[in-house]
Amino acid sequence: MLHPRPAGLYCPAGDFHIDPVRPVARALITHGHADHARSGHGAVLATRQTLDIMAIRYGQDFAGQTQVAEGPLRIGDAEVAFHPAGHVLGSAQIAIRTGGRRFTVSGDYCRRANPACAPFEPVPCDVFVTEATFALPVFHHPEPEGQIARLLASVQAFPERAHLVGAYALGKAQRLIALLRAAGWEAPIYIHGALERLCAYHIEQGVDLGPLRPATDDGMTKADFAGQIVIAPPSAFAATWAQRFPDPVICFASGWMQVRARARQRGVELPLVISDHVDWPDLTRTIAELDPEQVWVTHGREEALIRHCTLEGRTARPLNLVGYEDEAE
Amino acid sequence: MQHFARLLESLAFTPARTGKIRHLVTHFRNRPDPERGYALAALTGDLELRKVTPSLLRALVTERVDAELFGYSYDFVGDLAETIALIWPTGAPPEDLPLSQLVGELEQAGKADLPGLIAARLDRLDPSGRHAYLKLATGGLRVGVSARLARAALAEYGTVPATEIEELWHGLTPPYDSLFAWLDGGEKPVSAAHAPFRPVMLSTGTDLDQLGALDPAEYAAEWKWDGIRVQASVDRGTRRLYSRTGEDISASFPDLLDALEFEGTLDGELLVRRGAEVAPFGELQKRLNRKSVGKGLLQSHPAALRLYDALLIEGRDLRADPFTTRRKALEGLRNRFDPDRLDLSPLLAFDTWDDLAALRADPPDAVIEGVMIKRKDSPYTAGRAKGPWFKWKRDPMVVDAVLIYAQRGHGKRSGYYSDFTFALWDGDQLVPVGKAYFGFTDDELKSLDRFVRNNTVERFGPVRSVKPELVLEIAFEGLNRSPRHKSGVAMRFPRIARIRSDKPAAEADRLETLKALLPPAI
Ligand SMILES: [Zn+2]
Ligand SMILES: [Zn+2]
Repeated sequence: MLHPRPAGLYCPAGDFHIDPVRPVARALITHGHADHARSGHGAVLATRQTLDIMAIRYGQDFAGQTQVAEGPLRIGDAEVAFHPAGHVLGSAQIAIRTGGRRFTVSGDYCRRANPACAPFEPVPCDVFVTEATFALPVFHHPEPEGQIARLLASVQAFPERAHLVGAYALGKAQRLIALLRAAGWEAPIYIHGALERLCAYHIEQGVDLGPLRPATDDGMTKADFAGQIVIAPPSAFAATWAQRFPDPVICFASGWMQVRARARQRGVELPLVISDHVDWPDLTRTIAELDPEQVWVTHGREEALIRHCTLEGRTARPLNLVGYEDEAE
Repeated sequence: MQHFARLLESLAFTPARTGKIRHLVTHFRNRPDPERGYALAALTGDLELRKVTPSLLRALVTERVDAELFGYSYDFVGDLAETIALIWPTGAPPEDLPLSQLVGELEQAGKADLPGLIAARLDRLDPSGRHAYLKLATGGLRVGVSARLARAALAEYGTVPATEIEELWHGLTPPYDSLFAWLDGGEKPVSAAHAPFRPVMLSTGTDLDQLGALDPAEYAAEWKWDGIRVQASVDRGTRRLYSRTGEDISASFPDLLDALEFEGTLDGELLVRRGAEVAPFGELQKRLNRKSVGKGLLQSHPAALRLYDALLIEGRDLRADPFTTRRKALEGLRNRFDPDRLDLSPLLAFDTWDDLAALRADPPDAVIEGVMIKRKDSPYTAGRAKGPWFKWKRDPMVVDAVLIYAQRGHGKRSGYYSDFTFALWDGDQLVPVGKAYFGFTDDELKSLDRFVRNNTVERFGPVRSVKPELVLEIAFEGLNRSPRHKSGVAMRFPRIARIRSDKPAAEADRLETLKALLPPAI
């Protein structure tokens, strides 16, 4: 049976950890976000794209050995299969069959259409292991297209200012760019250096991002950035890097932006509620659809999700895993 | 309602004044009457709605959502209206009801009908509509728009001087149809109010160099009192006291209102005064922003008015007359004044600017912060024209303080650390004594920003603490006692006068040195 250990969720039948937060002999990794995918494991099994992303982030030798997850696999006494999670490029849920029971470890997942990755696939199971990042009934994430329309309306209203959009480097940034392209924004989009390699990789994988330019382009004066859209990891706003733009409108694309205090705290002028995680309606709908015997909760607002399951007459328990971050949204 | 909700959202997240004004102007342009008028009234706090209590809202929401889940959500979000707006279960598709209808219902609803009304409306609004509706119903918009800023936006919308709007304002009521009709190019409304506010005349700063080019014989001079500039107006039985921006502050000063035994509009300085002794500014502050004033405070902190100009007397408009004529007319009222409440600001005798400089250097009272210089032949004109009135302030007080925290700015200062907290020595401890975010040049901002980045000790969100190594010369206009501050003192208008990179932090000033500058305690 699966159970939590200090390094993360562990499967004794196959002697492996899932998304371990410290180095282990054998790791199965759901997706490339830094709190789920760490370097230094003996062996890593993950999707091709997750392995590529880990190599981009940590260098080619991020693990002793690697294996691409393709089709059903047998590890010890466990049967393992990877299914798309709809969270970021390469993200997967890991389905495990052991001792006659079916577990689905969903990692981080999202059920909204995302032009930058494959859609979530429901996997029937007895035990559904779920995240709870946005597991409060206040989180109803609006359709991302409407949020992109707000961004473009602001660009039009403030043509003399640059729009600086904070977005995490893996997944959110590329989704934002793809959404802007789908909304008809054809001008070059300026990107922070930290996004370059991951954007290039998405293009390689067939995600259409249109023309991208480095935001540090020496040929650009401050005034040239008026009316332009610049995308950067939010940490860049605190750096001198942000001084090159004319009176920037600070935007931030995140599911947290639904809460005003969060936006204010970060000095955000235009909060864009765009999330790569399930919101409350999608999370509770997924549980109802899969109708598992038990729900195990990995990280986030566990108490609220467990309360919801209790009210619905489902068995649920927190795994109390540590090391996963809310902020990696 | 959707437009109003969107306006509130934009205002809440736009830090810059100019940006807020732009959002307001766009709203006034795009929304029909009476929608824009009710939006304006909601922002300026001029709607008389039945106040909805938090407990009523809590009861409504926990009938619909599990109380435990609501509790977790409220803990996380931290704001009741916002939590309810987000968590309210929706069934029927939202409908965009006019703001005027929602306001009308809230004005008229009886107490017993209120819960049912609110629930019915929340059922048919989208989340941002619910948020705006709840903020409206609970009476706390808190989007950083003062009545004054709203009036500035009206002025920009109609391309009329803000002073003309301030003058009309107190005679207008929501939804301000006549005001908008005028701003859209129609007839200017006639002020119907008794004792309306009349826009005040303001001065510009000067110094001995500039004065040297002027003929002292053409000017009168008075002390510049460290109180609050006010306008006292009495008109057909109505008595009002206005701040210089046209806020009606009558309710805070019933004692002074009782003493306004004249008919007209006078200009002067509001002070706390006991006989001949004028109290420091900090004591006047205790009387401000009160809806009602207790007996004790009325006795311990008596308000008085020191007059220096007259705009109207007994129906006669004096504003086009020269200063000397107005002054004579004001002096003509003198025997009606209760000397404990009303007196005249004396004119200063001087022949040369050097004479005046000598008076300014050694004022007879600590509550004098310089001199006012007024051209004798100048009419009373609204606004800040350069020339007829000058203020020649006493040199600012200065201390050398140590920079300890810096916070990131926004807008044109994005990416720069531009808000600085500084401290003075108390024993071997540095005690924060104030914050400054102006006074420096662009180049100085760059060097301060560089210092902060290179000397960061800790980060807390947008704030960094820095190594206590950089000395700043802080100039300020006055000092008050303040139990709210750890240092026990609060500076007025502190600014960074110079960066003292030459001075070691250990040689910065001590808290005792600053406290010695405090006015004597009562
Ligand atoms: Zn993730
Ligand atoms: Zn995660």
